[in-house]
Amino acid sequence: MITEAAVEREHYLNASYGLKSWLLTKDHKRIGLLYLATITLFFFIGGAFATLIRVELLTPQGDLVSSQTYNKLFTMHGVAMIFFFLIPSIPAVLGNFFLPIMIGARDLAFPKLNLLSWYLLVIGGAFSLFAMIAGGVDTGWTFYTPYSTSYSNSWVISTALGIFVAGFSSILTGLNFIVTVHRMRAPGMTWFRMPLFVWANYATSLIQVLGTPVLAVTIVLLFVERVFHLGIFDPARGGDPVLFQHLFWFYSHPAVYIMILPSMGVVSEIISTFSRKSVFGYGFVAFSSVAIAVLGFLVWGHHLFVSGQSLYAGMVFSFLSYFVAIPSAIKVFNWTATLYKGSIVFQTPMLYAFGFIGLFTVGGLTGLFLAALGMDIHVTDTYFVIAHFHYIMVGGALMGYLGGMHFWWPKMTGRMYPEGWAKLSALVIFLGFNLTFFPQFILGYLGMPRRYHAYPEEFQVLNVLSTAGASVLAVGYLIPMIYFIWSLRYGKIAPANPWGATGLEWRTSSPPPVHNFEETPIVSHDAYDYSTVMGEEIEVG
Amino acid sequence: MGKFQLFPVQASTLAPEVDHLLYFLLAVSVFFTLLIFGAIFFFAIKYRRRSEGELPHVQHTGYTLEIVWSVIPFGLTMVMFTWGASIFFNASKPPNDAIQIYAVGKQWMWKLEHMEGQREINELHIPVGRPVRVTMASEDVIHSFFVPAFRTKQDVVPGRYSTTWFTPTKTGKYHLFCAEYCGTRHSGMIGWVYVMEPADYQNWLSGGAAEGSLADNGKKLFESLACNNCHKEDNTGRCPNLVNLFGKQVQLAGGGTVKADEAYIRESILQPQAKIVAGFEPVMPTFTGLVSEDQVLQLVEYVKSLGPKPAAGAIDTGTSSQGRPGAPPAIPAKR
Ligand code: HEC
Ligand code: HEM
Ligand SMILES: [Cu+2]
Ligand SMILES: [Cu+2]
Repeated sequence: MITEAAVEREHYLNASYGLKSWLLTKDHKRIGLLYLATITLFFFIGGAFATLIRVELLTPQGDLVSSQTYNKLFTMHGVAMIFFFLIPSIPAVLGNFFLPIMIGARDLAFPKLNLLSWYLLVIGGAFSLFAMIAGGVDTGWTFYTPYSTSYSNSWVISTALGIFVAGFSSILTGLNFIVTVHRMRAPGMTWFRMPLFVWANYATSLIQVLGTPVLAVTIVLLFVERVFHLGIFDPARGGDPVLFQHLFWFYSHPAVYIMILPSMGVVSEIISTFSRKSVFGYGFVAFSSVAIAVLGFLVWGHHLFVSGQSLYAGMVFSFLSYFVAIPSAIKVFNWTATLYKGSIVFQTPMLYAFGFIGLFTVGGLTGLFLAALGMDIHVTDTYFVIAHFHYIMVGGALMGYLGGMHFWWPKMTGRMYPEGWAKLSALVIFLGFNLTFFPQFILGYLGMPRRYHAYPEEFQVLNVLSTAGASVLAVGYLIPMIYFIWSLRYGKIAPANPWGATGLEWRTSSPPPVHNFEETPIVSHDAYDYSTVMGEEIEVG
Repeated sequence: MGKFQLFPVQASTLAPEVDHLLYFLLAVSVFFTLLIFGAIFFFAIKYRRRSEGELPHVQHTGYTLEIVWSVIPFGLTMVMFTWGASIFFNASKPPNDAIQIYAVGKQWMWKLEHMEGQREINELHIPVGRPVRVTMASEDVIHSFFVPAFRTKQDVVPGRYSTTWFTPTKTGKYHLFCAEYCGTRHSGMIGWVYVMEPADYQNWLSGGAAEGSLADNGKKLFESLACNNCHKEDNTGRCPNLVNLFGKQVQLAGGGTVKADEAYIRESILQPQAKIVAGFEPVMPTFTGLVSEDQVLQLVEYVKSLGPKPAAGAIDTGTSSQGRPGAPPAIPAKR
């Protein structure tokens, strides 16, 4: 099982060549890489929009682009980042690649369906890209009615259609994961021996399967009103605009957990590996993922505190929102406790995991501000909300994704990334991130509304700081992009288990063979039993 | 670069309440952030790997610990919930003696009207120290009425009336923002709230060129739209008498009652078929498209002025303490 040179051996990357062998592949690992290419494209598209937004906000006057263009920029930034980058990111790339391997399976339960999911994402992405190129869309990623159905003169339908189609990609991936986890575990891989990454993706899949259809229905209703002028949401036609918000957030609040849960799974793996300890409170961490998935469906109304929903509805949603915070807190405490008396090393994935915990903590705590009714009246729809969700989605989810990419890069490609550069970029990202988003909390409390193209002068200093941070952040993201590509050719050859980790994915060679394992593994230990990895070399303490 | 600020001014009775909650939330957050960051740094340094072959002790789940760090945060969040909810609850009911203002949001401006008939665009003049209630309607999409210095915000949803209220505590000039994205010039849908000394406010009221009070204008509309052909004050028409309607329970055809509030009157004008008064034929034509939201507001105000005494003490801006000569004629004259 010990390292052998990856180049001579047959593995999933060199088993066949040619475009067709990729576009028609049923190998979950190759599909994972197809997803990787797709979402990376959207990440950079979304990033380009973000850059323009930040540059525009350097000055109080709207002077770089017109208001109309500005509105399109933040809309397309949100759409690209949320629906075509962050939602698919960890599940579709890392989950696709590693979930089957981590439970000792040869592939996902439905390999063809898996390929279809990728095509759906590409088709959905194409619709949205078309909308962006044809003229853009200006409704905000939230598509609030009646603006989106009766007033906007932009490419609402093709963007919404793109999201609709991509939603099915998400549903099918979720379905595939659920069935795989239920049916394809290797002998001895009991539920409570599964790595926490698998638990997290399982919980995420439940949300994808149960929540996304509601988004699909909402988009259909939007379509019907916009195209056939049926009164559903527009009061001028007898509809109810707040109904749209209920439907939208019934999906989109759970969707924020689609984005964060997998990342939490990654962090559990990393913390354990780089402190060589079983995750403290494994059962609590595992069940907190499921608890979040379930409770996440009960709190959507906290996005509607000032929309005119009833006083008592507001109270109930505020109350329930606090419930969902507890499982998140439990995770943070358990990760921290895992470090206690560990054997800690500071390789890049671990730096990202630390970054995740820190930034997620800030994001989560500010969620508690927003869930407090009296506070939310003031800060809702301001930059405070923007800062809150970027701390969680970019500080948290994206950090976790990058941590996971570094953690598993040797396994996926058979090459090591350059550690020095990677540590540097992790640091740059952490600093740049805080400089970008921390000032936005203050801006929000001062009252700067979100989605403003021009703003009063007194907000300028903080906006300049934020833009400065964004440029640091952009550099931070470009560095990994460069060295990852560089490493494909020049990186050190990766051993099978460079980190001394316990997961089954480290028991097979890097990169793995087409069918993942030379022989079906038999599992006889808990997920994070380091004595199994170390057994030969050291005494078990 | 403009004047740099870190904290917004407090200019309403609500502002210090919200800020106190903020301090509490900040204290809890800073405590937990330091705790987590501190623990991570401490453990990371103390337990860094010292030899390649090191294998730490296996640790078992500590159930007590799990319970402690679930229950304590839960307790704290319940404090947050209760505190936040009580602010919200208390802030939800405007006091009866509030000054009534009407606001109409439309792409991309705020139209504000005083009971005495003064109309303003993107500006609102109000006296310090008196509760002010704003009843809002939208001509098109959703807007949101946001005054950071007052810590209040309320979405203005088309097709219904929304209300917000505040008691300014400090004279000055404060930002009014539209906080809900409403299209191209959303960031231009801003204005100023001027909080004035009561005497200055009275001067301002009498100085402005009001074209008759809201209710007066409503009366003119009532005549020019020929509402009065059907609705007569002497009960001769085939239609309900609107005198003393406001605030009453109305019997509906097909059973049930509804309170005759602003929303009901607005609906009776724009969608008369939605609720039919018991004993009458559904013959009233709809006025949707014929009247704008601010005209509807004037009509509503006229119907209110037909008595009984408005619930929200909307009209008596002058009766506060200093009597004021030369104030515009109060509407209740017709009661
Ligand atoms: C063709 C005659 C007609 C005209 C014109 C008319 N209405 Fe009516 N209105 C009615 C009738 C009949 C009812 C009772 C049946 C119903 O509820 O629709 C009514 C009901 C109402 C009510 C509810 C009364 C209650 O007791 O609950 C209000 C308020 C009202 N109208 C206001 C107006 C206003 C304001 C106008 C002018 C813009 C107007 N109406 C024009 C016939 C008319
Ligand atoms: C820890 C528990 C959390 C709580 C209590 C919480 C609370 C809230 C509340 C109350 C709002 C509404 C704010 C408003 O619009 O006024 C909000 C907005 C938001 N939150 Fe959270 N949140 C939590 C975690 C998360 C997570 C994990 C994510 C994402 C991964 C997230 C992403 C978002 C987003 C995207 C929005 C704003 C969406 C928009 O209006 O565009 N939140 N949060
Ligand atoms: Cu939410
Ligand atoms: Cu607006």
